[in-house]
Amino acid sequence: MANEVVDHGRRRFLTATTAVVGGVGVVAVAVPFIKSWEPSDRAKAAGAPVTADISKVESGQMVSYPWRGLPVFVVNRTKEQLSQLPGLAPRLVDPDSSVSSQQPDYIKSPDRSIKPEWLVVVGICTHLGCVPEFMPMIGPEPFDPNWKGGFFCPCHKSRYDLSGRVFAGVPAPKNLQVPPYHFVDDTHIQIGVDPKEGG
Amino acid sequence: MAGVFMRIGDWVSERAPGLGPMYRKHMTEYYAPKNFNLWYYFGSLALLVLVNQIVTGIFLTMNYNDSAAGAFASVEYIMRDVQWGWLIRYMHSTGASLFFVVVFLHMFRGLLYGSYQKPRELVWLLGMLIFLVLMAEAFMGYVLPWGNMSFWGAKVIISLFGTIPVIGGSLDEWIMGDYLPADATLNRFFALHVIALPIVLLLLVVLHLAALHEVGSNNPDGVDIKHGPKGNRWDALKPADGIPFHPYYTVKDLAGVGFFLLIAAFIIFFAPTFGGWFLEHDNFIPANNLVTPAQIKPVWYFTPFYAIVRMIPSMFGTAVWGVLAMFGAIAVLFLLPWLDGGKVRSFRYRGTGFKVALILFVLSFFGLAMIGTDLTDEIFPKVFGEHIDITLWDNVFGRVMTAIYFGYFVFLWAYTHLGWEKTKPVPERVTTHD
Repeated sequence: MANEVVDHGRRRFLTATTAVVGGVGVVAVAVPFIKSWEPSDRAKAAGAPVTADISKVESGQMVSYPWRGLPVFVVNRTKEQLSQLPGLAPRLVDPDSSVSSQQPDYIKSPDRSIKPEWLVVVGICTHLGCVPEFMPMIGPEPFDPNWKGGFFCPCHKSRYDLSGRVFAGVPAPKNLQVPPYHFVDDTHIQIGVDPKEGG
Repeated sequence: MAGVFMRIGDWVSERAPGLGPMYRKHMTEYYAPKNFNLWYYFGSLALLVLVNQIVTGIFLTMNYNDSAAGAFASVEYIMRDVQWGWLIRYMHSTGASLFFVVVFLHMFRGLLYGSYQKPRELVWLLGMLIFLVLMAEAFMGYVLPWGNMSFWGAKVIISLFGTIPVIGGSLDEWIMGDYLPADATLNRFFALHVIALPIVLLLLVVLHLAALHEVGSNNPDGVDIKHGPKGNRWDALKPADGIPFHPYYTVKDLAGVGFFLLIAAFIIFFAPTFGGWFLEHDNFIPANNLVTPAQIKPVWYFTPFYAIVRMIPSMFGTAVWGVLAMFGAIAVLFLLPWLDGGKVRSFRYRGTGFKVALILFVLSFFGLAMIGTDLTDEIFPKVFGEHIDITLWDNVFGRVMTAIYFGYFVFLWAYTHLGWEKTKPVPERVTTHD
């Protein structure tokens, strides 16, 4: 043993392979710890569909329903409010709802709804997740002299029209999200399920 | 009796012979420049506040409940039922704000006297890492009372990461462990706030001081006392303009501690919420995921950085630019030792351009803070009339301030690297030597 010549190549090889295998082990052990931060099964189960009774929502009124812990705004829009929507197009970022992540494909502009008077949107500002305020009155507001009714975010002053379409020149980049929903009957909607699956 | 202590001392140093030399190296034989002024109080004060946060924090954990259902009530329990619990919590919450006061002043001292310049780059980098960890620590601590501002502040700050294209949404869920800030979020923030980040913070503080003691402290004249004449009252080979840190600066710092505690005690006893600046009014309402507070704004110490997010509009269908600019505002500070190619350290002997730029930089920091705290929403209508478009004025003012903030670094680089700076002669020794 004592006379044996040190084989440096062999030593380097063993050091390198040990380090690589050890590194793989460290990465593998890190996975469960990183994964443990993802939503738990309990949190995922709490994201089930919600059925809302909209029979008592008067014309011009908004009601908010919780779905997956998010407020979903259901607005019964008046004829006058709906008539303002097409004219706003030049002031909007995405008037035609072309960003596909923000609504299911059965939702079209300018009313962004299944039945024109009923607007259903997730009431979470697409900027940084605040809840915008419902400001339906048509008339000058401190933040916009040509206000035609819509949603105003108190956090960073993003503005949306009454279809949840975002105005240009505000921090929010996208229109408010329309969740999957369908009409169970004339007075009930189910949030979280597309029309086809809901039947 | 003295003999007993002597024997214990001998017994220890026989088994750990390095302890005595280490104490001398960092205390009685650490020669700091003799011309430290008021600005040099804030390092030791930051250490004092850190100790306060750790001690009061340990006692708060004894009664705090880190569940979404119980957190708010447990904080009220500490405030109302735990003996002296209100004092311990107010010491902790006031300490958090004062921590940032002293750290901002400590950092400004670095800008003023060029303490980040060669050879102290590592001291500056470690200090910036402390600042970064401190911000994470403060943010997570702010979430723990689970008031409505805690909840919405958490949501907004976590959403900053959600603006990153492609991975943003799942990154958000990964941070929160749910689709919104919930039990899982609160639990992990508590774990990070009370154990993970404090350990990192303490380690960084030790490294910050070790790096400082290797190169020696800077001073208001920005001259290297190590390169000056040798020989002082204690050691013939040490700098003539240096004095032992202990007892000279420990005693000086004690005077600062006394004055600081006077102010801290006044706030703790007479104005613990500081008019909604240290503890925000909306945080006395329990967290509610369906109701946003009228104004969501972070605590004052984040507002200058946070205002930058608001000033950058979305482009190309993503809001990530504002977030990048905000993180950039902090990242650019890390690069300061390399952006500033000045040959002179101290404000006292630097060119006029530097002086003007530094003053503008500080003003832009305050200007951004005014936007971030929504003070401008109150001031602008009073100054320019009720009918102005506040959003427009906010944006114009805020973008100018953002431009000045970043402009400081661009200017500093050009000013020093292109040789525009005309400096005054730097004295050979500190100006107050005898």
